[in-house]
Amino acid sequence: MTVAAVDTGPFAAAPRRNRLARAEALAAYGLAAPAATLLLCILILPTAATVALSFTDWQFGAATLNWVGLGNYAHLAADRVFWKSLGNTLLYVAIVVPCSVCLGLAAAILIEAGTSLRGFYRAAYFLPVTATLIAMATVWEIMLHPSIGLINLASDALGLGKHNWLKDPALALPSLAAIGIWQTLGLNMVLFLAGLKSIPRDLYEAAAIDGADGWWDRFTTVTWPMLGPATLFVLVVSSIRSFQVFDTVAVLTEGGPNKATEVLLYTMYQEGFGFFRAGYGAAVTVVFLAFVLLLTLVKVRLAERRVHYA
Amino acid sequence: MSAAGPGPVAAAARHALLLAGAVVMLAPFVWMLSLSLRAADDIFTAELHLIPRKWDAIRNYAAAFEKVPLHRYLLNGAVVTAAIFTLQVAFALPAAYALAKLRFAGARPFFALVLAGLLIPSHVPAIPHYIMLSEAGLLNSYAGLVMPSVISVFGIFWIRQFFRTVPDDLVHAARLDGMSEFEIVWRVMLPTAAPALVAFGILSVVAHWNDYFWPLLIVTSPEMAMPALGTVYLRNTEAGIDYGPLMAGAVVITAPLVLFFLAAQRRFIEGMTLSGIK
Repeated sequence: MTVAAVDTGPFAAAPRRNRLARAEALAAYGLAAPAATLLLCILILPTAATVALSFTDWQFGAATLNWVGLGNYAHLAADRVFWKSLGNTLLYVAIVVPCSVCLGLAAAILIEAGTSLRGFYRAAYFLPVTATLIAMATVWEIMLHPSIGLINLASDALGLGKHNWLKDPALALPSLAAIGIWQTLGLNMVLFLAGLKSIPRDLYEAAAIDGADGWWDRFTTVTWPMLGPATLFVLVVSSIRSFQVFDTVAVLTEGGPNKATEVLLYTMYQEGFGFFRAGYGAAVTVVFLAFVLLLTLVKVRLAERRVHYA
Repeated sequence: MSAAGPGPVAAAARHALLLAGAVVMLAPFVWMLSLSLRAADDIFTAELHLIPRKWDAIRNYAAAFEKVPLHRYLLNGAVVTAAIFTLQVAFALPAAYALAKLRFAGARPFFALVLAGLLIPSHVPAIPHYIMLSEAGLLNSYAGLVMPSVISVFGIFWIRQFFRTVPDDLVHAARLDGMSEFEIVWRVMLPTAAPALVAFGILSVVAHWNDYFWPLLIVTSPEMAMPALGTVYLRNTEAGIDYGPLMAGAVVITAPLVLFFLAAQRRFIEGMTLSGIK
């Protein structure tokens, strides 16, 4: 910034700098305008429109629309399916998150603990993250098939008997959660692998001098405390992800049997696009958004504390 | 200690645990491949075997392509993901450059808008998007599949973060060479951003190749389906009980991303972990 002042002197510098600053600002507006316009038109305003719709009784294709205030929300509060759906979503998150985080952590630590076959294990555990979930869900459906499924062959061989995994109300949601764990574990694993790599080696040496020799001692004195912030971050990230469960429900169970696997996004899809109650569907979406916002705000707070990992 | 490594018992335990896990993780892939090669009566048996006893691979794969236009789904997937990524970069790169390197009064409110956008999951504006596209007569079209994703707030955010690590001297030098700001974006910043764009590109392509929700809402004719929706169309034909062709179709739909991952693992993992920041 001082370069301009060197040969033009103090009197010439000010207007010239002004002119340059104006040109720079003008260019900036030109470069940012397309993105800013689209951001408003495609993301911000439609999101606001969803919220606005949730206060109306509008149905797809209807010519009229009435303001019903909190009517849709009152309706939701009295709707057993909605509460079932919210409860199922939270239960799904409560199964998938702890399991996929713990297994991801265990896989990362075991992989880092040795040198042989590291690449193979990492690839094997990560593969489900890359594969199209819908296609893999059809594979799981066959593996969970009551008579010819791989899972029942194994479960029968272990003396646990055969089950109709996706049709049994008690087993359907846990079965979908198992698929969810299988699919997200690898992502948590690589996030932990990054966290593990950032732990300075000399901490382990210092711990060894202090007498922490066994792997459990090293884990509790060094690894776990150092991974603390990363763990919180992974927990929140996978909560947000699993809160958005939709694909496996839509394809494998359609919310059934008897609403046992009804989850928020599926309820929104059914109300909005199955029954064409756009206003009511929008209200479900707003509830969904409120939960995701809550989780995201937690994540942002964590991300701010965790800059040194970046 | 670190030089000696774990003892042989610990090493064996490590392999035993990791291998057991890897078997579970890979089982669906192996099973999918195995069933896609078998004749129907070799699938409906209560005995566990991996290598087909009665092969019928050619019929299965041919039937999958016959029952539904699988090649169209692959083509749609390629066209739509490429269009989305190209447009996302076309809008995000100039905006990210303006945010990272230029001074203007609108920068703070714009960046606040970007951060606000990061909080909104893609499902939330779906109902208004559907109404907009329906009014415009663009349901069931490439334009409709692409539209909600042309702007990626995460893309703007991510590329801006990357540009902040690029030295200002690079920009000054380009200005001294007489380049306009527009030229700087496309001739200097675009090549500089290559690593960030590769990671973002992988995230973007994987997300939209695998997306089921949006195509499910707006696609109404079989030939417009994206790969994930196409798999469901295949399942809903009588192939739903004819597992050989269904598994052959699943292999075809998952193969592009899986092979890409196996070929460029490090890059791929880098890209996918961005979804953690997202």
